[in-house]
Amino acid sequence: MAKGKVHFDDDKCKGCELCTTVCPVNIVLMDKERINAKGYHPATVKEMEKCIGCTNCAMICPDSVITVEREK
Amino acid sequence: MTVVYEKTKGLTEKQTHYCPGCTHGVIHKLVGEVLVELGILGKTVGVAPVGCSVLAYDYFNCDMHEAAHGRAPAVATGIKRVLPDHAVFTYQGDGDLASIGTAEIVHAAHRGEKFTTIFVNNAIYGMTGGQMAPTTLIGQKATTSPYGRSVADAGMPLRVSEMLATIDGAVFVERVSVHDVPNIRKAKKAIKKAFEVQMEGKGFGIVEVLSTCPTNWGISPIESLSWLKENMIPYYPLGNFRTPEEGK
Repeated sequence: MAKGKVHFDDDKCKGCELCTTVCPVNIVLMDKERINAKGYHPATVKEMEKCIGCTNCAMICPDSVITVEREK
Repeated sequence: MTVVYEKTKGLTEKQTHYCPGCTHGVIHKLVGEVLVELGILGKTVGVAPVGCSVLAYDYFNCDMHEAAHGRAPAVATGIKRVLPDHAVFTYQGDGDLASIGTAEIVHAAHRGEKFTTIFVNNAIYGMTGGQMAPTTLIGQKATTSPYGRSVADAGMPLRVSEMLATIDGAVFVERVSVHDVPNIRKAKKAIKKAFEVQMEGKGFGIVEVLSTCPTNWGISPIESLSWLKENMIPYYPLGNFRTPEEGK
């Protein structure tokens, strides 16, 4: 399985949670311990080693918050 | 590690004013990505509507023009005739295109104007506060249909793609949705095809994109995706209604 890595532009996140519904390995969640500049709990990934770089979360994000990297 | 997905250059750095979870943002990205992939971003002119996407001219990274409510196809007609080698598109919601702008869209299609329309259908008036639109579903509650839309009072919801597909000048007509990732991919393919049809000078193309309005539907963004799938798609079936081959 390919290894991936996602990066969230935290302050652009509006906390809609759509990204949490499309992750095939279920690692995208809302960070309830942080509040961003807009006042939302931003989306985050805690178990990055499980990421496969599928880009699903980035594709459904309406606010272009997510950048995805993948090992070739 | 190589970057496999990042924000498209087809959109500006400006953050959108859309409500959390509104799929306008997803559709904006698809249009931006298609313009970049086709290499036409520098010679594209978009026309923004009135409605939630009224500020689209701030978000698309190409030349943009604002139009009066519903009149985007008329403005796009003028721009395309003056700049025939440019890509021209309108980005319109259902309140704009299917109600006040019905005459403009029907006749632009009828004349076979060579531009592309991205029609965002979320079955409600968003910007003005959730009033019933021509596309609001039977039984759907809106501020002007508090007991749900009834056929006796308001008729059946308008199926724009089916209507336009009867017009010879509309050579590309497809309805897509953005409620999940496979459908987002299909939507992008349709938008790309519509722009290709335009650049080949074949005629008018429209892509109707089913979209959500969590705020005015009164449910969460995640629930909105399922609501779209369970309620809108049965009435607004997805698929291609017309391609240039059969539109000749």
